Amino acid sequence: MAAYLVRRAILLALSLAVSSVALFVLLRVLPGDPANALLDMGATPAQAAAARHELGTDLPPAQQFGGWLRDLARLDLGRSLVSSLPVASEIAGRLHVTVPLTVLAFLLAVLIAVPTGFLVALRRGTWYGTLLAGVSQLGLAVPVFWVGMLLVTVFALRLRWLPAGGFPAEDWAAPAAALTSLLLPVVTIALVMSASLTRYVHSAALDVLDSDYLRTARALGAPLRAALLRHGLRNAAAPVVPILAIELASTFLGAVVVENVFALPGLGSMLVRAFAQHDYPVIQGVLTLSTAAVLTIGFVADTAQRLIDPRLRRTATGTSA
Amino acid sequence: MSVVMLSVAACVSSPGGGASASCALSVGSLYEPQNLDNAGGGGQGAAEALAGNVYEALFRLTEAGAVEKSLASEYTVSPDGLTYTFALRQGVRFHSGTPMTSADVRHSLRRILAGTSTSSRKNSLDMIKSVDAPDDHTVVVRLSSRSISLIYNLSQVWIVNHTLADPKTAEDGTGPYRLASWKRGATLTMERFGGYWGASPKCGQVTFRYYTEAAALNNALLSGAVDVVTSVQSPDALAPFSDTSAFRITEGTSTTKLLLAFNCRRAPFDKPLVRRAVSAAIDDAKLLRSIWGDRGMVIGSMVPPADPWYEDLSGKNAYDVEAAKRMLAEAGYPGGFPMTLDTPQYDPHPTIAEFVKSELAKVGITVTINIISADEWYSRIFQHHDFAATLQEHVNDRDIRYYGDPGFYWGYDNPEVSDLIRRSESAKTTREQTELLRRANHEIVEDAASDWLYLNPQIVVASARVTGYAANAVQAQFPVYGIDKR
Repeated sequence: MAAYLVRRAILLALSLAVSSVALFVLLRVLPGDPANALLDMGATPAQAAAARHELGTDLPPAQQFGGWLRDLARLDLGRSLVSSLPVASEIAGRLHVTVPLTVLAFLLAVLIAVPTGFLVALRRGTWYGTLLAGVSQLGLAVPVFWVGMLLVTVFALRLRWLPAGGFPAEDWAAPAAALTSLLLPVVTIALVMSASLTRYVHSAALDVLDSDYLRTARALGAPLRAALLRHGLRNAAAPVVPILAIELASTFLGAVVVENVFALPGLGSMLVRAFAQHDYPVIQGVLTLSTAAVLTIGFVADTAQRLIDPRLRRTATGTSA
Repeated sequence: MSVVMLSVAACVSSPGGGASASCALSVGSLYEPQNLDNAGGGGQGAAEALAGNVYEALFRLTEAGAVEKSLASEYTVSPDGLTYTFALRQGVRFHSGTPMTSADVRHSLRRILAGTSTSSRKNSLDMIKSVDAPDDHTVVVRLSSRSISLIYNLSQVWIVNHTLADPKTAEDGTGPYRLASWKRGATLTMERFGGYWGASPKCGQVTFRYYTEAAALNNALLSGAVDVVTSVQSPDALAPFSDTSAFRITEGTSTTKLLLAFNCRRAPFDKPLVRRAVSAAIDDAKLLRSIWGDRGMVIGSMVPPADPWYEDLSGKNAYDVEAAKRMLAEAGYPGGFPMTLDTPQYDPHPTIAEFVKSELAKVGITVTINIISADEWYSRIFQHHDFAATLQEHVNDRDIRYYGDPGFYWGYDNPEVSDLIRRSESAKTTREQTELLRRANHEIVEDAASDWLYLNPQIVVASARVTGYAANAVQAQFPVYGIDKR
């Protein structure tokens, strides 16, 4: 296991290095000029040139790359070309929204999808098994912004129970307000995410229900519930865990639509704005961080899968030892 | 973690708040500042939130567009019009506590004129030769040529404490509010400044809340999360606010003009006759109705009613398909011609492009719509003049002067117009200035230098509990110090 961890850590560092260099090159190759975001109709060509010089975007790319590497070595992500604020603290501020939003939505989605998936599998052929399957099918077809707008209309505008959007200026210093403003976005993402998750859990559960070992357990006298809890859940989890990892990773940045609907200052909306303005340090910072996050989630999922399924563990140690 | 700490400190309310310290106003907007500096790329959002509220200038523009003394208490002009001596208001303090002196004014002006300044005012203040501070409360500005707009332009030069290291990331102004916190992407909070020299503002705390979607902004107003929305960008957004007991809709004057701009350097748009034909082939009134309903207006030139030299010229090059066909034939294009229309991707440009395409088809001009990003527009069209025709919103006030600059992106080069505009700036009286600019405007319209499709309306929607906000958009600023909330 230790050798496996070391190997994965080295792989993670290498992937990060390669992806940041690729990103740096891509951003400079794409057309666009960060100075444009700072200028308006009254600006003269001389002012545009001065702005580029001030930002350092008039330097040869090789020189820019050197400067970027030097900063990175000091763990400095640089400053935004547009706001002049340090990228690291800008990202940290956005993580206050993005991390709780992603994690809570993910947990809620799992809480919805696992029981529903099993229930649909257990009750196949009955009317409410079919109904649940239909509802999850419907959830797949509905766009996330529509769910968000529907929830806002009902819970914020009609019932006035929850805010329609925004995040408190006090941030998490006002925990109740911060949490209530995340509630509708969390439910929105969780509902949509759980629709696809339910289908995966459902098919994994069906495999388990039809398996020989479960029939054997029941033949030996174990009630269905006990047999499922003892043998079924763990076996059904193995194929679902990698799916969970992909869902979690895509929510991390994919929440941008929900962030816009609910006016949340998250990482996704920050990235979209930075792209529109060609704010290279911000794009580079956010994408490097999310690459690291996605790779880490994948790594955790792989490890979890090995812990769940000893067969994977045995083959891996066998080849690496 | 440090971010949390900062915002905790920031939400402690200001000491010395008056009777309505509890009044907390919430303003909704689509324009978040890019940074805090109007001379460093802060953009429309910085002007909207900070001008007059956090930063003040030597002069201030009233809602009606008149210029008033603000941080300048008096000024004199030498007989040749080349030396301005400003006496500064005494007892004015910056939010950091230090008194405002002539050194700060000198610094603030030099900042705009510096080589690295991205200020759009740099060009209009280019005639400033020197700025001196003979004593703490006097500033002397010397010009290389007369500038009748100097005082007007100075109303846009924020007076910044000369010790402030980076005005992009922090503020130190003299306004009635000081910046308490800026949570990027969400809120900008300001609170009443106890040491303000003028009348204390009504609300103790004002929060600008920023939205990227108009629908989210509307929901915020409907649910009471914001009290007022600075400018509504589409008439569809107004429907939910028809309940007059809960909401008020005001329509004021705006300076945002929607242009079909021609590249006057290139055939076929180097011919005034072709430009006039295109202008006559497009029914501006019908276009305005389809975009804005019964709001906004067709003005027929670059000059909106807010500028002193405004005249209704909508009758010139008026909609007349037959006349357009005749002019095209006379110009040597009896069957029309193909053209590419570069169209910014954001609303309402793509809709307008479709309308223009169908109108011009009637006179044989085949339009290819090319949708581009704001960045491409600025690089390719504005800076490199590589286009045939384009759609663009021009938001600035008094921007007829761009037609006097043959190097501007549309390349309109009429020496007579350039001369009139140059002379208007060195005019001795505003009457003379107005007269010269009116003549210039007639020339520009006669040449159909651009097709001025319509003037946007300026629409503010507010909760009925809120009073005292400005209906007119004066240089994009949104003064909050006069707003009260029941």
